[in-house]
Amino acid sequence: MPEKEDVIIVSLVILDLDKFIAKERPYWDELRELLRLQSDDPSRRPPLQEAQRFYYLYQRTSADLVKLKTFAGEVETTRFLENLVARAYSFLHADGGESVPFRPWHWLTRTFPSTFRRHWIAFALSIGTFFVGAGFGAAALAINYDLKADFIPPQFSHLNEKPSKRVEREEKQDFDSFQGRHQFSAQLMTHNTKVTILTMVTGFFYGILTIVLLFYNGTLIGVVMFDYITDGQGLFLTAWLLPHGSFELPAIFMGGQAGLVIARTMFGWGTNLKLRQRFARVRGDLLTLISGAALLLIWAGIVESFLSQYHAPQFYPWKIGLGAIQLIGLIVYLAFCGRRKKRNATEEA
Amino acid sequence: MLGETTSLEIRTPEGVGFQIPVASPFSRCLALAIDYAVVVALTLITTQVIRIFQTSLSAIPIVGEIIVDFGYGATILLQFLIFTFYGMITEWLWSGQTVGKRIFRLRVIDERGLSLGLKQVVIRNLFRVLDILPSTFYLIGSISCLVTRHCQRIGDIAAGTLVVREVTPSAPSFGELLATGENSFATQPHLEARLRQRVSPEEARIALDAVTRRNELDPDCRLRLFQKLADHFRSLSDFPDEITVGLSDEQYIRNVVDTLFRRASV
Repeated sequence: MPEKEDVIIVSLVILDLDKFIAKERPYWDELRELLRLQSDDPSRRPPLQEAQRFYYLYQRTSADLVKLKTFAGEVETTRFLENLVARAYSFLHADGGESVPFRPWHWLTRTFPSTFRRHWIAFALSIGTFFVGAGFGAAALAINYDLKADFIPPQFSHLNEKPSKRVEREEKQDFDSFQGRHQFSAQLMTHNTKVTILTMVTGFFYGILTIVLLFYNGTLIGVVMFDYITDGQGLFLTAWLLPHGSFELPAIFMGGQAGLVIARTMFGWGTNLKLRQRFARVRGDLLTLISGAALLLIWAGIVESFLSQYHAPQFYPWKIGLGAIQLIGLIVYLAFCGRRKKRNATEEA
Repeated sequence: MLGETTSLEIRTPEGVGFQIPVASPFSRCLALAIDYAVVVALTLITTQVIRIFQTSLSAIPIVGEIIVDFGYGATILLQFLIFTFYGMITEWLWSGQTVGKRIFRLRVIDERGLSLGLKQVVIRNLFRVLDILPSTFYLIGSISCLVTRHCQRIGDIAAGTLVVREVTPSAPSFGELLATGENSFATQPHLEARLRQRVSPEEARIALDAVTRRNELDPDCRLRLFQKLADHFRSLSDFPDEITVGLSDEQYIRNVVDTLFRRASV
């Protein structure tokens, strides 16, 4: 019977809860006080000695919790210790990787373009879906022009006007000293950013809604382009859309790209990781893509309200030139910026 | 159902297991209502401050009109920024808490029990755009909360977070649990020692649980439980009638617990 006696001895040691609590209580109180200090000032960095003491107290309290759960059923003390251990565990195992300071220049020249390239297939799908939608819109209008009013949503009702009439009216307008432009610019920025974020987050539904949104936006653009081009207003359309569209459309495609990255994460193709782990892997990339898109949209909003909406014909070449330079610059930036030089075999050796 | 909660079970690398109570959808709704009120208040204050500037500067020739227009633009931008970044900033600065969550003692944590990372905070707040649909009725987020085990909205799933209740249990005071009066068993130390030898740790734990949770029981259940326990422990002990006579079943068990847990010598 020696084994049974051992059990009884152990149980007696632990079952003396009163003494156990009295002995361990100072350590628990000390840990609680350190946690309170940290909670009051989350940015506080404890000195090494205090951190070492904290870790010791955490381990000791954890061991006390195990003892209490194993050899006694005292609920109140168990809950108290669980709370302490949970808080200490959370503090100790904080993600140290995020303490790396944010470097804007590095982000702009390395992180963003390389993240974009890493998910280029998603971007290609995004842009492809958009242009399929545009083709659909244009084809629908080519078959039956009367459908135009059905495609144009109420907030863009001014697009229902015949393009040549609008161009005639707009080209005669005088410069209005930027009246109402700040407000318009802010509305564009916020609206487009919301649309882009929505295009991203709807990827959670396995990408279906992201694709629907991209297709829908593409349809709208397709209808407008077809309408203006067939009415002989291609130059006006280019001068109107290219200066801001060269940034705005890629930003929306990036929202779609991020949405499709989320969709792939939801499907989990080619990996046996859990959903939580899969999301943890792409979280940084999603943030990078959506932040980059937001930056593009801010610039697009400013250009759209302060430049795109002025339709004096003598400025068309300048506007188209600016739009083309922006677009080429963006393509070059996203395609080549931050690429690491490939080392050849000799250098490797 | 809305008031019920589950627990997040964590097992640390050190092998310690513990539970964190998950916040109920109802308490989250209340915290959300407070946060909306704060966002609206901030928006109103910002709008009023900008209006004051607009009014005072509008009389300046030439630039006055531009400043007024700039003010309208700034108002739209600030409203958007407050709505988008309120949750991000407060949750990051207060380690997973907003004003509403502080009031209702809730906190966002990593679903592994760790503290929040900045990326998690940003992602869960960006996904709010989806959770609040349709319009601002929070239907998608509510459905997600109701169907997921840990009451997670879609933003929580994407960010790997969940909202827990902050419980601050009182420091243990074991002495208050046990026999309030004199333990008559203490007059027979040799019989107490024999009882300790006969009782297994599991039996002791059951008796202690019964005493600590006695106030949570229905009166009938309480009577029956302590009757059963008292019958069992009477069969294990040899205390003479003169010290057990007149003791209720519950008092008998409290004396047993007192003997087992308090009087034991190391």
